[in-house]
Amino acid sequence: MALLEVKNIKKKFGSTEVLKDINFDLEEGQAISIIGSSGSGKTTLLRCLNFLEIADGGTITVRGRQLFDGSDIRTRSDKEIRANRTHFGMVFQQFNLFPQYTAFENVTLAPIIHAKENGQSIDSIKEHGREILKQMGLEDRMDNYPHQLSGGQQQRVAIARALAMKPDILCFDEPTSALDPELTGEVLKVLRGLADKKTTMIIVTHEMAFARDVADKIIFMDGGRIIEQGDPKQVIDNPKEERTKQFLSNYAKNKE
Amino acid sequence: MFVQVTLSLLEGFLTTMEIFGLTLLFALPLGLLICLGSMSKIAVIKYPIKFIIWIVRGTPLLLQLIIIYFGPGLLFGWNAWGSDNVGRFIAALVAFVINYACYFSEIYRGGIQAIPIGQREAGEVLGLTKGQIFRKIILKQVIKRIIPPMSNEIITLVKDTSLARVISVYEIIWNGQAFIKSAGLIWPLFYTGAFYLAFSGLLTLIFHYIEKKMDYFRC
Repeated sequence: MALLEVKNIKKKFGSTEVLKDINFDLEEGQAISIIGSSGSGKTTLLRCLNFLEIADGGTITVRGRQLFDGSDIRTRSDKEIRANRTHFGMVFQQFNLFPQYTAFENVTLAPIIHAKENGQSIDSIKEHGREILKQMGLEDRMDNYPHQLSGGQQQRVAIARALAMKPDILCFDEPTSALDPELTGEVLKVLRGLADKKTTMIIVTHEMAFARDVADKIIFMDGGRIIEQGDPKQVIDNPKEERTKQFLSNYAKNKE
Repeated sequence: MFVQVTLSLLEGFLTTMEIFGLTLLFALPLGLLICLGSMSKIAVIKYPIKFIIWIVRGTPLLLQLIIIYFGPGLLFGWNAWGSDNVGRFIAALVAFVINYACYFSEIYRGGIQAIPIGQREAGEVLGLTKGQIFRKIILKQVIKRIIPPMSNEIITLVKDTSLARVISVYEIIWNGQAFIKSAGLIWPLFYTGAFYLAFSGLLTLIFHYIEKKMDYFRC
């Protein structure tokens, strides 16, 4: 059974259909890259998984447990959503670190709040937070505030913050798009490391070479639909669909 | 004479301080309520409040003082404020609180709306409740953003308190002016300026200190 099953997800903004019947699944330890042009619905799909948008229809199932069912009003309540959304971690394009907290506090803030609610130990959370930041190569940056960090470092703190919640699936929304070209490398390296450690991930990206090398599966989206999905090398090097070919050749042209 | 004038002005300044302090005490929280109302998604709350803000910010405080003090009697024959000093003081306070709450509400609104939506979303995906997000993430950033406009507004309030004399509240300017009639002296009126300067100087220092305190982060 797949770790994540997404079925028939639909989303409209006003009269614009942004997602039309999205279906895919994700095995534990796999990384999916979602590619496609701006406005194709990639980000909205990610936001629906994190419940930042509520899909109009369809189902989201994690480890066999249905977290969301568009036809069941109960799965849309605030409380239900809050309980379910932590299955997914989210790393934003703009990092969205909390400016008044240090790197370490950004990472531990939410886990500590949750632990206090459940009467769990805070020491182990702090220890875990330090460990994750170390993994991200930030051991000497823990007490810095976001404005004292480079973009690449900020994004690594944001990844650590998402990991600290121990999500089943980690989502990245164009994690390198807001970075200087020189800084994208350090974030991609971290993503590679996570993939090597079999972290289950969904990565919306424009970094085609990265998607091809790191992902276990690629989804190409256009106009709110999944046009093609499959093995990365096959989709990128030998796309079946006309629209995919067009997108990739435009992409190659712009690269030059 | 100087001592006598100083004592009289100090007495007036005490009233000035009372208007100032009590206005802040009530207008700061009331402003937050008005702010939440003006950002409400419910039209029957939002638009009436926007209308009130428009009226209050669109007319002189001097006029509002007069209307609040004389209005109930003239319009409804209702002696709302009694006929002693305390009644006039309360009427002045009501006018100041309403006026300043409306200004504060707009400052709060500006501060809240300036926080990038990503801050709230980052809190949401970490499974925090709306209240936790506001208290732990948003609030401090709002405070940092609103300190400069708030300090402006609060220093304006120090001087606006002098308008209360229009309904015979014996604040410092009233007392200073009284010496023109009673003793033919104009300098006590000028002397009142020293009290305002000293107090707004103190406030400036306090706000500067708070700004420094919040300098450790940027948003």
